[in-house]
Amino acid sequence: MTLFARHALSLSAIALASLSLTACGKKEVPPVAGNEVIITIGHAAPLTGPQAHLGKDNENGAVMAIDELNSRGISIDGKKAKFVLVSEDDQADPKAGTTVAQKFVDRKVNGVIGHLNSGTTIPASRIYSEAGIPQISGSATNPTYTQQGFKTTFRVFANDIHQGQALAQFATQSLKAKTIAIVDDRTAYGQGLADEFKKAAEAAGAKVVAQEFTTDKATDFKAILTKIKASNPDILFFSAMDAQGGPALKHARELGLKATFLIGDGGCTPEFIKLAGNAADGQYCSLPGVPLEKMPGGTVFKDKYQKRYNQQIQLYAPYVYDAVLVMADAMQRANSAEPAKYLPEVGKSQYQGVTAKVVFDAKGDLAAPAVSIYQDKGGNWSYVETVGAAAAAK
Amino acid sequence: MDIFLQQIINGLVLGSIYALVALGYTMVYGILGLINFAHGEVVMIGALVSYSVMMVLVPSGLPPVLLALISVLVAAPVCMALAWAIERYAYRPLRHAPKLTPLISAIGVSILLQNLAMMIWGRGYHAFPDILPAIHFDIGGAQITLLQTVTIGLAAATMGILAWMIQRTSLGQAMRATAENPAIAELMGIPVNRIITLTFIIGAALAALAGLMVGANYSVAHYYMGFMLGLKAFTAAVLGGIGNITGAMLGGLLLGLIESLGAGYIEDLTGGILGSHYQDIFAFLVLIGVLVFRPGGLMGERVSERA
Amino acid sequence: MKMTARFLARLTRHPADNRVHWLAWLLLGLLLAILPWLVSAGFGNTWLRILNFALLYVMLALGLNIVVGFAGLLDMGYIAFYAVGAYLWALLASPQFGLHWPLWAILPLGAGVAGLFGVLLGAPTLKLRGDYLAIVTLGFGEIIRIFLNNLNAPINITNGPQGISAIDPVHIGSLSLARPIDLGFVQVPSLVSYYYLFLIAALAIIGIAIRLERSRVGRAWAAIREDEVAAKACGINTRNVKLLAFAMGATFGGVAGGLFAGFQQFVSPESFGLLESVMVLCMVVLGGMGHIPGVIFGALLLTILPEFFRHIAGPVQQSLFGTVLIDPENLRMLLFGLSLVLVMRYRPSGLWPSPQRRREIEDVQRADAPADVPVSPM
Repeated sequence: MTLFARHALSLSAIALASLSLTACGKKEVPPVAGNEVIITIGHAAPLTGPQAHLGKDNENGAVMAIDELNSRGISIDGKKAKFVLVSEDDQADPKAGTTVAQKFVDRKVNGVIGHLNSGTTIPASRIYSEAGIPQISGSATNPTYTQQGFKTTFRVFANDIHQGQALAQFATQSLKAKTIAIVDDRTAYGQGLADEFKKAAEAAGAKVVAQEFTTDKATDFKAILTKIKASNPDILFFSAMDAQGGPALKHARELGLKATFLIGDGGCTPEFIKLAGNAADGQYCSLPGVPLEKMPGGTVFKDKYQKRYNQQIQLYAPYVYDAVLVMADAMQRANSAEPAKYLPEVGKSQYQGVTAKVVFDAKGDLAAPAVSIYQDKGGNWSYVETVGAAAAAK
Repeated sequence: MDIFLQQIINGLVLGSIYALVALGYTMVYGILGLINFAHGEVVMIGALVSYSVMMVLVPSGLPPVLLALISVLVAAPVCMALAWAIERYAYRPLRHAPKLTPLISAIGVSILLQNLAMMIWGRGYHAFPDILPAIHFDIGGAQITLLQTVTIGLAAATMGILAWMIQRTSLGQAMRATAENPAIAELMGIPVNRIITLTFIIGAALAALAGLMVGANYSVAHYYMGFMLGLKAFTAAVLGGIGNITGAMLGGLLLGLIESLGAGYIEDLTGGILGSHYQDIFAFLVLIGVLVFRPGGLMGERVSERA
Repeated sequence: MKMTARFLARLTRHPADNRVHWLAWLLLGLLLAILPWLVSAGFGNTWLRILNFALLYVMLALGLNIVVGFAGLLDMGYIAFYAVGAYLWALLASPQFGLHWPLWAILPLGAGVAGLFGVLLGAPTLKLRGDYLAIVTLGFGEIIRIFLNNLNAPINITNGPQGISAIDPVHIGSLSLARPIDLGFVQVPSLVSYYYLFLIAALAIIGIAIRLERSRVGRAWAAIREDEVAAKACGINTRNVKLLAFAMGATFGGVAGGLFAGFQQFVSPESFGLLESVMVLCMVVLGGMGHIPGVIFGALLLTILPEFFRHIAGPVQQSLFGTVLIDPENLRMLLFGLSLVLVMRYRPSGLWPSPQRRREIEDVQRADAPADVPVSPM
């Protein structure tokens, strides 16, 4: 144990030396360099782990928005604005989420875009709120996020309540479903959406004949699908991501389960069709907002994305793109990139994005979120109708 | 009744897949007493290599069965080389170390392989092509596809061949001797190191085959697929009595049936209080139950004394 | 204090050494006291937050070390006790049930309940050894997580996958650690006060762990670890002693869990997955199983290392190749996996093993170094 004392001594010495070194060596980077103002935007999403492909998609959306802002040559408070994106991996882990949040606060970022999952967005939002940094999420759907009483939380995406209601409305009115089976993946997203859907569907007079569960890591769905087949529902609502939904649909058909398949935004991806193969034909998914093609600038964004990344948009990239631009728009109106100064302007946004006209309610949710339904026709999601906007606007 | 039969079929197919993967775990454990945590990742690599080979060959217009065959012939050497390297550099230097040391090393290899796979194949999910025509058989109102039939048959055949190899061939004899007492085996002129390497390589060939079958059955492959699968397969191996070839098969089938019937009938059995979200609990409870009464697993006898 | 003094006195070989030792301890104490301020000023609050998490992991690793390192029982579901502690805090101090119990009531209760769960896990697994125990404990950990994830229906207890938010921060009376504390001459930021709280808890746990290791129970654990049959023959009540190991380990986990819930103010089941258990196990083994300073070192290292990679992976590539070839996140995990393999390869008994253990392992290796054959020393 003398060893310990010696180690302790040397460790303390090393620690002290390195600490004092960095403390001296660190120079404060001035936010204003000459006639230029540097605006840092933090972006957080899982870039490793099972959802890494979605996280990267979000990041791509943010990068495109940043590049566009820089090419526009915006000036704020008489100085040329240079936008810089700082992207961090939150591993979809709440603890890593708060570490990343703290890192953004330390770097004094001007605003934060993210996170991707509700599980990371909620604990991180407390840190941003305490630092007064505005946060706009383009994908976290848990209603709690904006209900915590923080002034800094915004989202440009319909929450679970809106989407669940819209899906139920579509299922019961347009598809005239009487009996419904629900599967959820027991994640915050899947369970939240399934519960809202169930409530709304039952209120509309449909009967939930089976409610089954899977996980976000599952690959085998035969057992629950067999059970659902026994109750012979009109509709199967699968509240999970594309990685589960696609194969599950394929297996459902193999088992002879003929119910119409309905999936939320997590399955409204090209990946879903790829995974489900021919079985996807004629099935439905929902996605908040209005189709990109119907929005001014939407098609341009889509083409640009495909050209730049050589792949189709996965899911949330356009929403994240909008989120960055909404934030920059508020900065321009406030004529300042300082969080305290432009925060009030975020709430007053009237921004025409590629996914929706962004107008926030008092809590920071979209005031009139629209949800669109798509149907797979020949291997592509094609637009069917938009529901929910009127219901939510009341 | 057809629903019940269907659940049994589901369970058997799932169980056969677990068994295929569990065989790899159990072989290595039998000879080294080592949980080769990275085996699930080798299966993942096998699946992804098969996928890539098939994607390259699809334009050639060859029949899918042939594609699958070629792909597994490519994937197996890749997995074997990988397993050789893992054994040589991550496990062999640790044979004299405390038992937990190779376990941590294995976890390190797992993380390494996952991230390598993510670099090569990307973060996305890949749609695994169909390797057999979509033919259904009808058994008393329940459906079974040709692929599922092949999967069950393949698992049984693999188990049979392995069991024969271990009991009847001289290689098997050397393996058993090494498992029994490596020092004495060495003295008897058995090249212990080569036998151990061979065990890993055979396990890896099985992993490539398992990877193909997993991909084909679930029509999806991605870099993260090995982890849960490995865990379930390992559970199956322990359930059956780890180190025992027949035990791995039995454990796999049992686990598959428990999961399938559990998901199908928990709700009715508990009057709606528990649902299919508790299916994994069922599997683990059965495992604990079996081990409490038979600490060596269903088919194992001597391993518990070794710990 | 008396213990430390006696402990140090025994270590001292000749009087001249004595002063050096006191100096070392004093310096270490001083460093620990001013560390948060230095870190916060030198590296920013991110690192202070990481340091706080590192302290939580120190507690966890020390708890697991009792089970794995002292008693030699491989527990792969340890994080369940952390979860129990965290959820107990979350349920008793949040709007979930409208309860807002104070710190002094929940923390001991959390520790106690976690300890009870430890016995609950230990009791059916007494006969199991080695890898069988590993898989059963792993299953136990998963069972706890699955229950936490699903107990939102029919009665909503844990709020399911949504997790519990708006948990009360750690507070003593009206003094909340979530807000800066004004001491008159200095303002103590929230992260710093949490640091001190975690430091006190960690030091207490270190103290208890040292006492335990040197007690009768500690020797009994060591005896079971080395040879259970022999230990039983020597009259050790292996059942009770093993249960005690599970209970003590679980208790530490429960304390850490409670503090985590109070610090994070949000808990959800995804924080308590299997990978967390594996991570804590890595800390114990990488640091040096059974050796308290080694385990502490392992916990600090494995919390800080991935974050360190996170900070350097991008910039280093930028300067080396002029561009980022591999995603920093990808590289970070790649390096992490590689370092686990390499450390085990070159330091199989851990980075900082107890001198005795290292001797034993080296002896084993020397004894049959020529014949490259496997043995199972455990």
